[in-house]
Amino acid sequence: MKTRKNKKTEELLEKLEPKTSDNLLTFKGVGKHYGSIIALRDVDMVVDPGKVTCVLGDNGAGKSTLIKIIAGLHQHDEGEFMLHGSAIKLKSPRVALDAGIAAVYQDLAVVPLMPIWRNFFLGSELTTGVGPFKKLDVQKMKDITKQELSDMGIDLRDVEQPIGQLSGGERQCVAIARAVYFGAKVLILDEPTAALGVKQSGVVLRYILQARDRGLGVIFITHNPHHAYPVGDSFLLLKRGRSIGYYSKSEITVGELTAQMAGGAELAELAHELEQLGGHDEELSEAEAGATSQTTA
Amino acid sequence: MSSITASPSHKKKSATTDERVGKKSTLSILLGRPEIGALVGAVALFIFFAIVAPVFLSPASLATVLYGASTIGIMAVGVSLLMIGGEFDLSTGVAVISSALSASLVSWYFGLNVWVGIVVALLVSMLIGFINGIILIKTKLPSFIVTLASFLMLTGLNLGLTRAIGGSVSSPSIANMEGFQSAKAVFASSVNIGGIEVKVTVFIWLAMVLIASWILLRTKVGNWIFAIGGDEKAARAVGVPVVRTKIGLFMAVGFCGWVLGMHNLFAFDSVQSGEGIGNEFLYIIAAVIGGCLLTGGYGSAIGGAIGAFIFGMANKGIVYAEWNPDWFKFFLGLMLLLATVVNIVVKKRAESSK
Repeated sequence: MKTRKNKKTEELLEKLEPKTSDNLLTFKGVGKHYGSIIALRDVDMVVDPGKVTCVLGDNGAGKSTLIKIIAGLHQHDEGEFMLHGSAIKLKSPRVALDAGIAAVYQDLAVVPLMPIWRNFFLGSELTTGVGPFKKLDVQKMKDITKQELSDMGIDLRDVEQPIGQLSGGERQCVAIARAVYFGAKVLILDEPTAALGVKQSGVVLRYILQARDRGLGVIFITHNPHHAYPVGDSFLLLKRGRSIGYYSKSEITVGELTAQMAGGAELAELAHELEQLGGHDEELSEAEAGATSQTTA
Repeated sequence: MSSITASPSHKKKSATTDERVGKKSTLSILLGRPEIGALVGAVALFIFFAIVAPVFLSPASLATVLYGASTIGIMAVGVSLLMIGGEFDLSTGVAVISSALSASLVSWYFGLNVWVGIVVALLVSMLIGFINGIILIKTKLPSFIVTLASFLMLTGLNLGLTRAIGGSVSSPSIANMEGFQSAKAVFASSVNIGGIEVKVTVFIWLAMVLIASWILLRTKVGNWIFAIGGDEKAARAVGVPVVRTKIGLFMAVGFCGWVLGMHNLFAFDSVQSGEGIGNEFLYIIAAVIGGCLLTGGYGSAIGGAIGAFIFGMANKGIVYAEWNPDWFKFFLGLMLLLATVVNIVVKKRAESSK
């Protein structure tokens, strides 16, 4: 551990180490307050290229705050947030985008009435010509949209149709393809499967893996461990604004993940209460079983 | 996990062509356009007046109709863009008069060439737009409230300042001042086309519609306008400069108000300080009839122009048909109602039909 070495060694190591580290993003004890409310604290996390980092937590666990910090919508006020090994604070979504961090939000950040290709290039339009005659390169943008989407395995009839006509899963995929095309190195997916059916969720999970295979560091935010486990390489568990665990896939099973999320400690407490009251044997054994599977994790 | 990969058959598809696209007929493409309702209405109204008042078809009458349409249409260009951008402006009617008053009062009071007044008026108009925009952004109040407040304040300023500076309810005549004739030639002359006098505003209007359409459909800014009107949060999240675009739109409305204000001033030589109240609704009506959604994100500059043309036809057609002009407002209201119903149908088609 670097912290245990003396200062000189540390300085030497600093010099020897290349400025950019292999980790795309590193979080060390990151926290965020909104006034007196602590929204997030003590979060440690690493995002690597070609890996999927899952962030799991129930409602209000601090998932949204975490994404907002990474996407540049909010700034953290505790700990260190490092991009390629150097500490940064992202001041706006534009800065984050320029740094290669793209977020695909729950509400998708698409404008329903606009054609797919206009949505695809929104905010980063291609133009031709100069001065006052600078115009959108419509044909090129349509071609690229069509090509990029078919590369992701999304087969669309017509990129001119309003994006609102697509299904939820397809819209997610367009948003992912957009982020990939615009050179994202880190892709944040905010609950991409929350509003989707089983089949559509499967489609989205497939695109997550495609993005990963293209070498992106994917941050997959969800409250469903069954969606996270098959695609994830590491798992950060949040609860009430705190990190309650950070595991690599080999360290945890899907059952343990579920038990952790359901709150093993709370189950143990419940078991204790039930025991004191007495007479609820069946419920007691269930709660205890839940608590035990948590402690073994 | 190898089972969860994309099937390779998808990748064989050609990037640009797709055999399923050809099925869309020209009619269904047309029906998806925002201005289609207005276009059908305009054609119906044109045929109607052509039958009940044959004089309506004479070139001179058409020139008059177009002039009437242009005085609404010039503002409707800016108002349409603003509405597509998701906001609207209730101060436009009186802002036109504010612009005209600033030009005339500044040049009269200081005894300057009227072109100086015209430049000052342009700055005033853009400033009004800028202030509307910045207050909207800073307070996050709905544009209805912000521009209602500026409507009232401008109404008061128009009356108060005109009386304080010129001593009357109308601005003093500037007909004999330097630069008046050249300014009149630019803003309020007529062009003779085949023996018919067509007001210059008609050409200014058409030019502005073309430029606005170009901006909307073929530039980045146009893309941004649709986006901020359609979903402001989404637009911000992908890096669209929402604040700049919104303020720019209000300033574009200010610019349109300046053009019309200069016409109002130089068509005569003075302006009544109490004028303009109520006109803001005519501009909004033109934009709405033309297919701009009140909720933003949908519409076209051409639609606003067609809306203004419908207004011009109804306004003058009633006169040519020798009916009592009292009925005009009834017509306008009916057109508005029909147009908005059609617009909702069109929007639903655009959103959900495949």
